[in-house]
Amino acid sequence: MMDELRELYQEVILDHGKNPRNFRHPDDANREAKGENPMCGDRFMVYLKLKDGVVEDVAFQGRGCAISTASASMMTEVVKGKTEAEAKALFETFHDLCTKDDHEHGDHGPVDEDAMERLMVLSGVRQFPVRVKCATLAWHAMNAAIEGEDKASSE
Amino acid sequence: MDTQITLPASAAFDVERVRADFPILSRSVHERKGKPGKPLVYLDSAASAQKPRQVIDAMTRFLEEDYSNIHRGVHFLSQTATDQFEEARRKVARFLNAPSERNIVFTRSATEAFNLVAHSYGRTFLSEGDEIILSVMEHHANIVPWQLLQMDKGIRIRVVPVDEHGVLDLNAFEDLLSDRTKLVAMTHCSNVLGTVTPAKIIARMAHERGVPVLFDGSQAAVHGVVDVQDIDADFYIMTGHKLYGPTGTGVLYGKYDLLKKMPPFQGGGDMIESVSFEGTTFKAPPARFEAGTPAITEVIGLGVALDYMEKLGREAIAAHEHDLLQYATQQLSQIDGLRVYGTAPGKGPIISFTLEGVHPHDLGTIVDQYGVAVRVGRHCAEPLMDRFGVGATARASFALYNTRAEADALVESVIAVKEFFGA
Repeated sequence: MMDELRELYQEVILDHGKNPRNFRHPDDANREAKGENPMCGDRFMVYLKLKDGVVEDVAFQGRGCAISTASASMMTEVVKGKTEAEAKALFETFHDLCTKDDHEHGDHGPVDEDAMERLMVLSGVRQFPVRVKCATLAWHAMNAAIEGEDKASSE
Repeated sequence: MDTQITLPASAAFDVERVRADFPILSRSVHERKGKPGKPLVYLDSAASAQKPRQVIDAMTRFLEEDYSNIHRGVHFLSQTATDQFEEARRKVARFLNAPSERNIVFTRSATEAFNLVAHSYGRTFLSEGDEIILSVMEHHANIVPWQLLQMDKGIRIRVVPVDEHGVLDLNAFEDLLSDRTKLVAMTHCSNVLGTVTPAKIIARMAHERGVPVLFDGSQAAVHGVVDVQDIDADFYIMTGHKLYGPTGTGVLYGKYDLLKKMPPFQGGGDMIESVSFEGTTFKAPPARFEAGTPAITEVIGLGVALDYMEKLGREAIAAHEHDLLQYATQQLSQIDGLRVYGTAPGKGPIISFTLEGVHPHDLGTIVDQYGVAVRVGRHCAEPLMDRFGVGATARASFALYNTRAEADALVESVIAVKEFFGA
């Protein structure tokens, strides 16, 4: 049974959970959205600097569990430099990865395959349905920020 | 509950025999192909308690043999069902030492009972500028209904703080009481910290100013003997599913002269004397507050659950749980980096804790793999979480069917979490 746990909490996740990347509030951010999971109290702010349809910078702050923090951290790494459309495609594809079996994954347009490969470490949440919200929380917030909304809950 | 129970763990309390009454406790969790599961260690009874076979059987028997709607028919079954339903009301009255079963209103949940008082009493007797006093420990169910009233009526909500141990600050309470205070609504036992509040003293202080007091007994009624007349509570609320009974069963105790003054909460069948389009007259309490068909089977099940607790002895249950609380607290405290929130003297068997370097949500997932069921999160008490500066805690809660061995299983699983995270 501990195999599933190791699958969920891979070293990469533990590392990002303890030392999140881009854990800051950029001065020049022009979009921000809050992601909140009322059940467990996780709360993140995701900050974007959008210019000419490109995510020039992305960062986050807040508190959450290892899964949500690691996922937020990895999100900032893979989304940076993407166009809005690419970022949204990553969000949709990642969401499928966390919630659906492989054969059910939809086509969300061209997506950064390298990024998806890195995000595979988070696919262990599929075995832990109550943790899916953790893994997708900051992503929902990022997506909301792109859409110009100020909050997202990972419902 | 005001007098701290210091009985030794009764030798007469045979926990293994008690466990045999709860079918679910013998199951395993996380069975996988070819691998046995882990025995269930259920430490989440403060969220909802498991049900003894006596309750399950009584409900099945009622459904198979006596079921019908109540308070309506002249036929045989309707009378039989009504008798059993009303017998459950008498059992609840005895359980709380209420003067009469007329004081007992059945609701669908404790939450509905709070909303009933806020809506019916609150909208009738409170107006702009009036104040109600809560504590920082309240469950959202004893916060949000008052906030709805606040939006409607412009009342003010004042909040009594707690100290670092989670002890209610009675001096602050005294200071908050004023001519503007129209109601005190407070927990009798915190669902997060386990703190038992001095209900009798709170009631006396409020009554000196003519202010009625409502207590949230959702936890307190489970872990000790509650005597609403001794406390002199004006309202007392509890919920059946934490008392080893079924869901769908809330209880509102109210002093009869208060209930009598209150208008209906919901309108419908069973709560009226006569209905015409010119005007409708309402029944006396408690029927006035019980519109619609209630949870008949479940209420009867609740009566049996209370019988079950009485048979084991509520002092003996409390003593057993207190032993578990002390033992588990002692064992957990030996884990480096573990902090317990809520160390009030005489507290109930609820342990909220955090482990340094590990988010409670991660802890919950991992101990679950060891079969240990704990609650993690904010426990529907966000203001209290803010008071202690934590986003979430893990909470282990003990019930009459838990054992020291289960406390050990909790400790072992928490140590495993620590090792897992290198915390």
